[in-house]
Amino acid sequence: MKADMILIRFGEFTLKGRNRGQFERRMLQKVKGVLAPFPDAAVAHTYGRLYITLNGAPYETIAKELKLVFGIHSFSPVRRIESDLEMIRETALELMHSLPKEPVTFKVSVRRVDKSFPYDSPEMNHLVGSHVLRACPNLKVNVREPEVELRVEIQPEGTYIFNEVVEGAGGYPYGTNGKAMLLLSGGIDSPVAGYLSMRKGLELEAVHFHSYPFTSEQAKEKVIELTRRLAHYSGVPIKLHMVSFTEIQTALASSNQEPLIITLMRRSMLRIAQRLAEQSAALGIVTGDSLGQVASQTLGSMNVIGRSTELPLLRPLIMMDKNDIIRIAEEIGTYATSILPYEDCCTLFVPKSPTTNPNLKVVQKIEACIPNLDKMIEEAVAGIETISITPGARTTAEAAGNDDWF
Amino acid sequence: MIYFDHCASTPPHEEVIRTMAEVMAQHYGNPSSLHRGGLEAKKLLQRSRGLVAGLFGTEAEEWVFTSGGTESNNMAIVGAARRSTARGNHLITTEIEHPSVYDTFKVLEKDGFRVTYLPVNAGGFVSLSDVEAALTEDTSLVSIMHVNNEIGSVQPIAAIGELLKTRRSILFHVDGVQSVGKLPIFLREWGVDLFTASAHKVRGPRGAGLLYVRNGLQLEPLMAGGGQENGLRPGTENVGAIVAAAKAFRLAVESQEERSRRMQRLRSRLVSCVQDIPELVLNGWADASGIGGSTEAGSHASHPREEMSPHIVNFSYPGMKPEVFIHMLEKHRILASTKSACSSKDDKPSRVLQAMGASAARAASGIRISFGDEHGDAELEWLCQMLGMVVGKLKPLERKDQRE
Repeated sequence: MKADMILIRFGEFTLKGRNRGQFERRMLQKVKGVLAPFPDAAVAHTYGRLYITLNGAPYETIAKELKLVFGIHSFSPVRRIESDLEMIRETALELMHSLPKEPVTFKVSVRRVDKSFPYDSPEMNHLVGSHVLRACPNLKVNVREPEVELRVEIQPEGTYIFNEVVEGAGGYPYGTNGKAMLLLSGGIDSPVAGYLSMRKGLELEAVHFHSYPFTSEQAKEKVIELTRRLAHYSGVPIKLHMVSFTEIQTALASSNQEPLIITLMRRSMLRIAQRLAEQSAALGIVTGDSLGQVASQTLGSMNVIGRSTELPLLRPLIMMDKNDIIRIAEEIGTYATSILPYEDCCTLFVPKSPTTNPNLKVVQKIEACIPNLDKMIEEAVAGIETISITPGARTTAEAAGNDDWF
Repeated sequence: MIYFDHCASTPPHEEVIRTMAEVMAQHYGNPSSLHRGGLEAKKLLQRSRGLVAGLFGTEAEEWVFTSGGTESNNMAIVGAARRSTARGNHLITTEIEHPSVYDTFKVLEKDGFRVTYLPVNAGGFVSLSDVEAALTEDTSLVSIMHVNNEIGSVQPIAAIGELLKTRRSILFHVDGVQSVGKLPIFLREWGVDLFTASAHKVRGPRGAGLLYVRNGLQLEPLMAGGGQENGLRPGTENVGAIVAAAKAFRLAVESQEERSRRMQRLRSRLVSCVQDIPELVLNGWADASGIGGSTEAGSHASHPREEMSPHIVNFSYPGMKPEVFIHMLEKHRILASTKSACSSKDDKPSRVLQAMGASAARAASGIRISFGDEHGDAELEWLCQMLGMVVGKLKPLERKDQRE
């Protein structure tokens, strides 16, 4: 059976009463974006679902893109036919014959939504199932664990026949749950935190702190590449704010508080991020913290560090194990970039024995003794370089040299 | 002069020469250096690698830049054989490989490896059943060229790849030096593990070649040094030549279909012209797209189809020293070659033609014509006229005792 349509089911946001209209409009927009390269394909919106009519457009290519769209719970390649018993039985059989591997067991699941259809669902299960069984003598019915579930949906506009249900990315459409700033270091965790936030409908702007010449040009490019990857999922450009942290870091390093240096740095970073959030009307800060992973991510450290900002700190990875984070990083294609060996400004100043339980009062006192800290933060904010990273933009390697050399 | 020796080397594209000159002038930084100049040079390598990988539907990490076809073949064969000694020490190749493959296996034999050299039929084709019969428990590598460089027979790579897919531990190397840009290539679909290509055969620069090393595959490096090219090919990268090579490969692969079609026509014209001259014997099958019309009787059950590459025609003038023939042609503005350029100076008969069962006289008198993008009907007309004319002039000097 060659699918002529794709049935798209929405994710959890369908439960939300009042905002549903807005969410569904976003979804429609997103799916239209996926179909943009295929002018013949069309999309129609019915209650809680979208239907793509392929009109010859390639299913595989579109399916690959659909899997990335936040808000899609699942989708299926389907055939739509007239709601006619004989046609339903023939198409069902055709589907069974077209499977890549001949199954041993199957079951038929009919949903009769259109009550004007003369046979009800149990009757139809039998009528379709017996037809298939007659034609395939080796096939058996197994209602509990069938290898193939042959689904038939009888709707007012016609009957849909399919067996495959492809899991989508889930979550909410991008940008339907407000905006936050993402602290993007270049490591494994922060891009994953960004991805999971976007999946929940958060719009993101990324903030990266560099300490040139202590950090290299490659470290900066690594972060650009990670943002580019994230923009692949947002589908719209993502702003990346590059903050020069050299001066603050040097000042903190000369305060001779080696065990507290990371705590102090993180607090200043959050202050800068908060200032940026105010400028961009963002209402939260996303970090890649995972409880206990490093000294600055113990509960004690998070308590002292988190108090430097009034904005909610969102920590999608907080209770995840490193292996699970790595698995997601691999899935979303950020892992290979994240493990490139370029220092970021935190790893560079890691002390031999960083504190895991800093004292808030002590930290505040040290900060008060650092001359011009507030002014340096002001200057860092003023000197920010903001780049807009467009999805599908070429990497710096892809754009190297003159185009006519290649 | 009309240059009919494209199998030996090709005139580089103007834009390839310009690219190479500009990159050499502007990006002399060492790609391993940390400063901006080094970084930019490194990016050029990355872009070139990405471009090449895309042309073959593969990943960038799977390509190693080498100095050319010979190095790629050595690196693949020696590197794979030495790496897989735990799996066995039996290797399989053919009687008609290019010296950079054939002689590499001879070296490995001295090192204690056992090598099976597969025979070919009268058309110059290995048979699938011979490959299958040669496989043993100890076989670790099969190396078979895609297009033979002397006569142009296209080996059944897809079918051999299919056969080897059921024996996952055996690596499959394909020397594709003569096929890139002339035939479609599907590395993934065919199950090829290692693939060799050379830039100067596709109008790119000398000193630049490619080796495809399938993801996850480990080779034993031939050289020790600074760790460049994943440790497989240490030495400062030849950035200018690599960028220029990437461009040449792109131009060659993107225009492959059109080129094949055009050369197919030229080939049939030349084949029928050779067949009209009774003194000349065609080597390989006549029909470029399959069997039939062969000048030699022989069984060639068509499974899989035996095809000739569209850019090569090889024929013999038994009883005539091929050098004399070549010099006569050159007097009339035609540049052709005897055997493969690499071995054309020695006097021995062609190993490839002998493997196809040709008599000594025929194997010692092979002439190869290979086409390029600049050839059209006018060049072919002239070539055909001159062949007839030269044969007429040489006829009295024929050594009759060597005629078959």
